[in-house]
Amino acid sequence: MINVSKLKEGIVIDHIRAGHGYKIFQQLGLDRLDDVVVLMRNVESTKMGRKDLIKIETNLNLNFDVLGLIDPDVTISYIKNGERVKKIRLTPPETVTGILSCKNPRCITNQEHIGNVRFYLVDAQTNQYACEYCDARTHL
Amino acid sequence: MLTNKSLIAPSDFTLEEIEELLALSERVIESPARYADACKGKLLASLFYEPSTRTKFSFDAAMLRLGGSTLGFSDPNTSSTAKGETIADSARTVGKYADVIVVRHPKEGTAKLMSRYADCPVINAGDGGHHHPTQTLTDLLTIRHYKGDFGGLTVGVCGDLKFGRTIHSLVTCLARYQNVRFLFISPEELNMPAFVKEELIAKGVPFTETADLEGSISQLDVLYMSRVQRERFISEEEYLRLKDFFILTADKMRLARQDMIVMHPLPRINEIATEVDADPRAAYFEQVKFGMYVRMALIMKLLGAGEPQD
Repeated sequence: MINVSKLKEGIVIDHIRAGHGYKIFQQLGLDRLDDVVVLMRNVESTKMGRKDLIKIETNLNLNFDVLGLIDPDVTISYIKNGERVKKIRLTPPETVTGILSCKNPRCITNQEHIGNVRFYLVDAQTNQYACEYCDARTHL
Repeated sequence: MLTNKSLIAPSDFTLEEIEELLALSERVIESPARYADACKGKLLASLFYEPSTRTKFSFDAAMLRLGGSTLGFSDPNTSSTAKGETIADSARTVGKYADVIVVRHPKEGTAKLMSRYADCPVINAGDGGHHHPTQTLTDLLTIRHYKGDFGGLTVGVCGDLKFGRTIHSLVTCLARYQNVRFLFISPEELNMPAFVKEELIAKGVPFTETADLEGSISQLDVLYMSRVQRERFISEEEYLRLKDFFILTADKMRLARQDMIVMHPLPRINEIATEVDADPRAAYFEQVKFGMYVRMALIMKLLGAGEPQD
């Protein structure tokens, strides 16, 4: 068992479905931070069996849309002086812009550069979004 | 009010707006000459980035019969797209000349993109395998002409239900009306896709799936045919084994009700035997005429053309 010391100041992203931690790490650009960041994978969990966990030793502005897109079941805790001061539960965003791209090769967005293509949530269970132009379903 | 709206998907219009359109179409059918100048001085641009003579003729005929004029192309190589112009810029430019744009393009979502940039209403005349809303309006007008109403109808759709966009649109549109029931008649390989069935289940609309046209034809008020294409099958043997089950013949028509109608979006290849053409229940060529009338009504509504004064 690897032990990571308790966070004094920063953010804990917990209850990440096992296997999604690295995706969140990449999408949030945590590899570009100069602060301490810990990604723990396959941690034992009584609720989830296995889970991933990320600890960030700084208070940065997280992109909740990205988090909600990848794994809306995560919990985010803000830590100050070693105590949790705020806890956030996510829901998948109803619409997202600028994060997803349409995977349908027949979609006009893959022929012509179109800024700010919007995607609408169509299935919260499977986190599926539909392209506003061609309606094809996609996810992050 | 439909004035200045664009029509991109069949679901863009409410049932009330569809009713408005169908009612106007029926008035045009009754007395086409009354509407001969309804769009005089107006210009329709038809931008066909892929060939579709039938649809282009239908729109052009509709505008000309309203006294308006048309311009456009049916070969993208003759347009500025060949020089690399974007769809957004084409929409901005053509929107300055024309009062209404009709667009057909192989890429899905093109009509919607055009409607964002054009200064005038845009009508989607088919964007790849996505939407073809004026075909749906044509189908609705045809059914209403023969059946009076949509409520209580049993509608059979037969053939390629997996890739047939006109069928998906018609089914989801008819499902908005009360007490409509569907029979999906297709080989297993070409079954109705899950997204259509999920929508029907969510709305509580009853449907049955079968591969037996002959055994189910007697239940139908409307039979909507489409082609089972050879290239959709993995094996040639499977195609040859199944294709005849989905061909409508005079023998199968003998099992159908006397007031059933047969529809088809055309072009027909071999899925309806030519011997059926003489049957008074064959509505598919009349359907073409209804297509023109409903497009006349649509153009009038989007341009805000008033009812002609007698």
